[in-house]
Amino acid sequence: MIRNFLRAALLSLGLAAPAFAEEPFIVVQSTTSTQNSGLLDYILPGFEAETGIDVRVVAVGTGQAIRNAVNGDGDVLLVHAKQAEDQFVADGWGVERFDVMYNDFVLVGPKSDPAKVKGGADIVAALTAVAEAEAPFASRGDDSGTHKAEMRHWTAAEVDPTAASGAWYRETGSGMGATLNVASGMDAYVLTDRATWQSFGNRGNLEVMVEGDPRLFNQYGVILVNPDKHPRVRAAAGQRFIDWLTGPDGQAAIASYKLDGQQLFFPNASGS
Amino acid sequence: MALILNGDAELWAIVLLSLKVSIFAVLIAALIGMPVGAALAVARFPGRRAMIVLMNALMGFPPVVVGLLVYLMLSRSGPLGVLELLYTPTAMIIAQVVLVTPIVAALTRQVIEMLAEEYSEQLRSLGVSRLASVPVLLWDARLALITALLAGFGRAIAEVGAVIIVGGNINHVTRVMTTTIALETSKGNLALALALGAILIGIAIAVNAMVSAVSLRAEQEGLRHA
Amino acid sequence: MRDMLCDTASSLFVRNLRVVRNGKALLNVSRLSLDGPGPTLILGPNGAGKSLLLRCLHGLIEPDQGRVEQDGTPLTDRHKAQQAMVFQQPVLLRRSVAANLDFVLKRQGLPRGARKLRIESLLAEGGLEGKARQPARSLSGGEAQRLAILRALALDPETLFLDEPTSALDPNATQMIERMILRASSRGVRIVMVTHDIGQARRLAADIVMMQGGHVVEHGLAKQVLNAPQSDAARRYLAGGLVT
Ligand SMILES: Nc1ncnc2c1ncn2[C@@H]1O[C@H](COP(=O)(O)OP(=O)(O)O)[C@@H](O)[C@H]1O
Ligand SMILES: [Mg+2]
Repeated sequence: MIRNFLRAALLSLGLAAPAFAEEPFIVVQSTTSTQNSGLLDYILPGFEAETGIDVRVVAVGTGQAIRNAVNGDGDVLLVHAKQAEDQFVADGWGVERFDVMYNDFVLVGPKSDPAKVKGGADIVAALTAVAEAEAPFASRGDDSGTHKAEMRHWTAAEVDPTAASGAWYRETGSGMGATLNVASGMDAYVLTDRATWQSFGNRGNLEVMVEGDPRLFNQYGVILVNPDKHPRVRAAAGQRFIDWLTGPDGQAAIASYKLDGQQLFFPNASGS
Repeated sequence: MALILNGDAELWAIVLLSLKVSIFAVLIAALIGMPVGAALAVARFPGRRAMIVLMNALMGFPPVVVGLLVYLMLSRSGPLGVLELLYTPTAMIIAQVVLVTPIVAALTRQVIEMLAEEYSEQLRSLGVSRLASVPVLLWDARLALITALLAGFGRAIAEVGAVIIVGGNINHVTRVMTTTIALETSKGNLALALALGAILIGIAIAVNAMVSAVSLRAEQEGLRHA
Repeated sequence: MRDMLCDTASSLFVRNLRVVRNGKALLNVSRLSLDGPGPTLILGPNGAGKSLLLRCLHGLIEPDQGRVEQDGTPLTDRHKAQQAMVFQQPVLLRRSVAANLDFVLKRQGLPRGARKLRIESLLAEGGLEGKARQPARSLSGGEAQRLAILRALALDPETLFLDEPTSALDPNATQMIERMILRASSRGVRIVMVTHDIGQARRLAADIVMMQGGHVVEHGLAKQVLNAPQSDAARRYLAGGLVT
């Protein structure tokens, strides 16, 4: 009753049209890396044309994306933090997790390279060198998937960078792009996913220092938010999206996305 | 700049949505804030002082906190989840209404209280009751109130923290100027961010020009408060 | 003073009126009748309590003791509705000249057409023809005060209180206002007006109330008070006033 009234009132104002449009849509909680890299803008029109389902992407950090999904504020979760994703499913918030694709992280840093790590392929050795040189390092510091990956490598290097927080170790508490802007501004080293780096426009003196270490592998998973927990989840449409993304069409679309001639994401869904 | 001049359709859709959302938010804030502000100016009741202090404090409420509170209300697991308003322009309007209403109410109270002081004996002499004086005062303070609304609009349209949380910055749905600026900055796409920033500054200048035009008119008509 | 009663239909009377602030009696008037044969002018030095008395008479201030009576009963809202007041500083609505008058006429429930005619005749009465559309707050001091008087007259009051309405005006503007007041008086409106201008009192007053220190020190017909004051206070004030 109230809802109908609101809908009528808002429609008459020409405002709610996008929200209440008759065309079906789903909300995907995802990470800034998928959006900022341009991947979703590239592959989603294919799905939308095929199914008529509009995909609305909310791009936030992995941690916040998962929390939003726990609250039911999304139909599909597309993130890159396998442990947290498994936990999400184990706790009953998600139906099932599927591998979608991977990309990789790279360590970028200033051309002057004060820690002398350029050209290496060992991320742990590189971080040790950065810590020894006390060279400026910018960290997401936001509990995101990238931040979690970074912390794993510090642990492997047996360095606690947060002891130098505020000194050479700078935690931005913001997204990948904002952190890259900070690193670019202060000539700091920074761990970033390659996709965001590739599409980042404000590099300044930064360039890739370390890449190719298998430990820099970054797996993306997709999960349908559990309709048993949140009955309003658009389960059918959400499942269709997941099927498409992990099926041949979606996987091919992911593989064909290139930025400056370089492929950024590598499909690896088990079904394909 | 080329982006602005080329009249990129997508860009203008974003600008238009920003304007729509903020104008609606300000209109609703006016409908709530003006009567509340006027009532606080004219009525005398226990707790009035405390309400004024609270209102002035709400004026400086951090937008991110407002965004978070509105998110918690509208979330599917929140009390208003059934309305399915999260990640819609309506959600952004609600957040801006919460941000702007205290500004409109506080400024209205200030303006009306000053005017009421000047008018009170004369209105009583004319037999106008306290309650009946409210519309008289609101109408006679109209130019100052327009200025208050423009101030509220300025805050609404320039705000990013709240609308990005409740709107989700969804392309073609809830992406407004400020959230686009945030997004493009995070992509290191500073040119587009600056172009949008320039439009936002243009709007701010236009709003301020309107404020000064209103003041000039007030001056000419002798409508300034004593 | 009761003997000075003439043809005014109703009586306005002050009985044992006291206004006290901070333990000090600002106003202390035991008996005062305001039913003179023409305009009553209240005269006295600054701070004598003239404005305070006027506000009590109009019901804007509740006295701490005593009361104002009209027709033998304490002042009621109905009585107040038949009074109007013009303040020293005219308080005009931030609207056009015509709208200031219309505001009062509308409250009386006059239909639109009648209001229009009435506004025209009022503007003519105050010499404000052609100013109907002008914002009231952009009027000159004299015009503004004339509009304030017209707005008071639009109420069709039985009694019109005026608190030093010409104190800030030049002689020309003062003369226009004095004429308006005399015309209203001759139409039967009871005029009670405060002034500190002895010349004005001489020109307008039928009877004069002399005040000092919150007291009425003398009340009598104008000629009598001005030419042969009985009290020392009145004598001193008139002497000082004549010198300046
Ligand atoms: N609300 C008030 N509180 C305290 N003192 C007042 C108040 N109103 C007036 N007075 C004092 O009462 C005295 C008479 O004031 P007023 O009637 O305005 O004098 P006047 O004869 O010049 O019009 C003055 O001394 C004034 O300071
Ligand atoms: Mg006075």
